[in-house]
Amino acid sequence: MSDEKLVGVVLVSHSAEVASAVAGLALGLVGGGPVVPVAAAGGTAGGGLGTSAELITAAAASVDRGAGVAVLVDLGSAVLTVKALLAEGDELPDTARLVDAPFVEGAVAAVVTAATGADLDAVEAAAVEAYGYRKV
Amino acid sequence: MLDADFFRRWMTATAASVDREADRLTALDSPIGDADHGSNLRRGFTAVSAALEKESPETPGAVLVLAGRQLISTVGGASGPLYGTLLRRTGKALGDAAEVDEERFAEALRAGVDAVMQLGGAAPGDKTMIDALVPAVDALPEGFGAARAAAEQGAEATTPLQARKGRASYLGERSIGHQDPGATSAALLVAALADTDADAGGE
Repeated sequence: MSDEKLVGVVLVSHSAEVASAVAGLALGLVGGGPVVPVAAAGGTAGGGLGTSAELITAAAASVDRGAGVAVLVDLGSAVLTVKALLAEGDELPDTARLVDAPFVEGAVAAVVTAATGADLDAVEAAAVEAYGYRKV
Repeated sequence: MLDADFFRRWMTATAASVDREADRLTALDSPIGDADHGSNLRRGFTAVSAALEKESPETPGAVLVLAGRQLISTVGGASGPLYGTLLRRTGKALGDAAEVDEERFAEALRAGVDAVMQLGGAAPGDKTMIDALVPAVDALPEGFGAARAAAEQGAEATTPLQARKGRASYLGERSIGHQDPGATSAALLVAALADTDADAGGE
């Protein structure tokens, strides 16, 4: 596994603060090792609550190192916008994938796994598995 | 036959209608949504009008694909990818023909509505834009006026329904008694289509 080609992670939330805070949390829990490319795409381009296709495509481009991009989303328009962009086919990297995972737990699992040099399938599996961590 | 200019005028008429009705759409979105449907759609269709003027796409399909892309880019709420997918998929289904007949358009619009249902996972009766769009597409073979009436009836018929998709679904039974804002804006889109056809000397 090469440190130079880590899977990138994009975090899409209705809120800019939530997206960037979750990115900071996930990166903070990695510890040492290579720095995973993580980008937050939160809120609208105007700074309000919502979803911006421009911020999402820019974030995905910024973390694409050629090993794939895992996109995690919170809800509603964030889910639908990423799905619509993936259906378009030319606005996100070919290797971008919407990962069906809880936003916070999935982001931590994805980023920590990506830091090991794991491939996109492994990063996705780790994030999806976060649904199974029961709390009660 | 319907040419690129027809579809451009449809989009412009929708933009004017959404602008006129934005406050009503937002008011409908206040009790069961997050009170941004009118302002979001106004921003989206304003961008559609500007893009169509700037880029002057030459085929019906290209007009709708460009309009759909603008909505996905600029709306900022769930209606952006939903309406964007509706127009873009309809446009793709029209291909690159310079003109299309009503029958071909009706088939393409059905493909667009199917894509919206696939994207959002909504079915008729879930209190969404689908409740106006599906009756409209079903009625379209009888003419644009029939489609308009069906869409408006479909939107009104969402009032007694309980929402099963989106933010309104969190309200459960409290969503009953409110007309769905998405079905209402979908009826505006279809009404603008009928108006455009009437202005062009249709029925």
